[in-house]
Amino acid sequence: MIEINDLVMKYSDNIILNKINLQIDAHETCAIIGPSGCGKSTLLYGLAGIVKPASGSITIDNSIVVGNRKETGVILQTYGLMPWKTVWENASLGLSIRGVKKNSIEEKISIILKQLHIYDLRDQYPVQLSGGQRQRVAIARALSIEPDLLLMDEPFSSLDAIAREELQNVVVDLYNQKAMTTIIVTHSIEEAVFLGQKIIIMDPTTGNIKKTLDNHHFGDHAFRNTTDFHKTCVEVRKLMEVTST
Amino acid sequence: MIKSILLNYKTVYATIFVILCWYLFHVIIQSNIIPNPFETILVFFQLLQDDLLLHVGVSFLRIAVSVLVAVILGGSLGLFLGLHEKYDLYFGPVIYLLYPLPKIAFLPVFMILFGLGNTSKIALITIIILFQILVTTRDSVKGLSKELFYSISSLGANKRQVYQHLVLPAVMPKLLTALRISVGTSISVLFFAENYATTYGIGYFIMDSWIRVDYVEMFAGIIAISLLGLLVFKAIDLLEAKLCKWALLEKGENTNF
Repeated sequence: MIEINDLVMKYSDNIILNKINLQIDAHETCAIIGPSGCGKSTLLYGLAGIVKPASGSITIDNSIVVGNRKETGVILQTYGLMPWKTVWENASLGLSIRGVKKNSIEEKISIILKQLHIYDLRDQYPVQLSGGQRQRVAIARALSIEPDLLLMDEPFSSLDAIAREELQNVVVDLYNQKAMTTIIVTHSIEEAVFLGQKIIIMDPTTGNIKKTLDNHHFGDHAFRNTTDFHKTCVEVRKLMEVTST
Repeated sequence: MIKSILLNYKTVYATIFVILCWYLFHVIIQSNIIPNPFETILVFFQLLQDDLLLHVGVSFLRIAVSVLVAVILGGSLGLFLGLHEKYDLYFGPVIYLLYPLPKIAFLPVFMILFGLGNTSKIALITIIILFQILVTTRDSVKGLSKELFYSISSLGANKRQVYQHLVLPAVMPKLLTALRISVGTSISVLFFAENYATTYGIGYFIMDSWIRVDYVEMFAGIIAISLLGLLVFKAIDLLEAKLCKWALLEKGENTNF
């Protein structure tokens, strides 16, 4: 379980997040949505232990986050792949940093790359891949460390619509296989509704949470085509518009 | 067809082109200051069996030591300043001021401090190329995106691992480019530095031939110094193809060497 208490985060002297309180249950998927500059990415960096809070605390499974946590997988907006490493080397980077034995890495990474359909690209460099393929590598890298918490910062925002929906389906499938706690930051209403069992709407003016919404439809690719999906999207959109006035 | 031949045999093509131009000058100018290239090449091979190789070898050693020292000193100082903005605040302006200064003008100082032998020659070359390498490494570290640092620290990398997986591979292509430029510079500085207090080195060999008005031998020396430069360039190319394949792919260049 994740508990956030009175969290304040600053960027130089600007307060980005102002006294946020939030609870996310284990094995829950949670989408954080809001316009640019509302601090949603900062919140994710805080959860990942990349940026330190100015005050308040983030607790994951009863221990306070200070720096990197071993069981947290992170996927960044710009993929975060090392341009000088091949698909294989990028995917296995997390494991080799942890000092995992070579043959164990080999076994794990080939399974994950096959599962994500990028095994044939293993000797290619990021520059040779499409955006969707690069993001699959980033997913592979995050999964390789067998996380219990998966954090994603606008992971699919620079992809075309088809690649984006494909990868959203991948996230659903991964969750259905192993129910990792999943937090995804996004500015797309559709993505938030499709991927979040809990949808958190951020308010850019106050630097706080405007509204939390429960969404029980998660878990099926076909959800995207239902009227419930569109109803929820409309609801979220209305809530966001209230935010901006 | 012609395009593919030119691309695959760049060096061979360039060599033939240069020799033909040389021959043309030789025919047009009709002076012994431009000797016949074919005669010169013949003399070059004869001299190789004599002591030309020794002269080239001595010069190569001087360059190698200078480059090595400059890369170690300039590279590590550049990495440090690139990663620590606080110190770059103090040293950056000083480096900016000293960078374009013609260090070669301080040769007398080097001679007095380091003597007339190898040390002053090596120190002179080192100080000249050190700045190039320092500035290149520092700026390429500074240009690294924050996201990459976030990315690697989210994987739990320690300081050594950040250098190993992020900083060093990132600066490698620019370092090699800086090295390529510095080697060109260092060969011309070497030529200058080998004009005093030595009887070995390719610079000495060329000037000595000139004084003896033996232009054929002088040109044979020029061939030797050119080959030395070419050899080092090719070595850097090979290193680049091996270590920085990704950078060549990003530039869209052929990676088959």
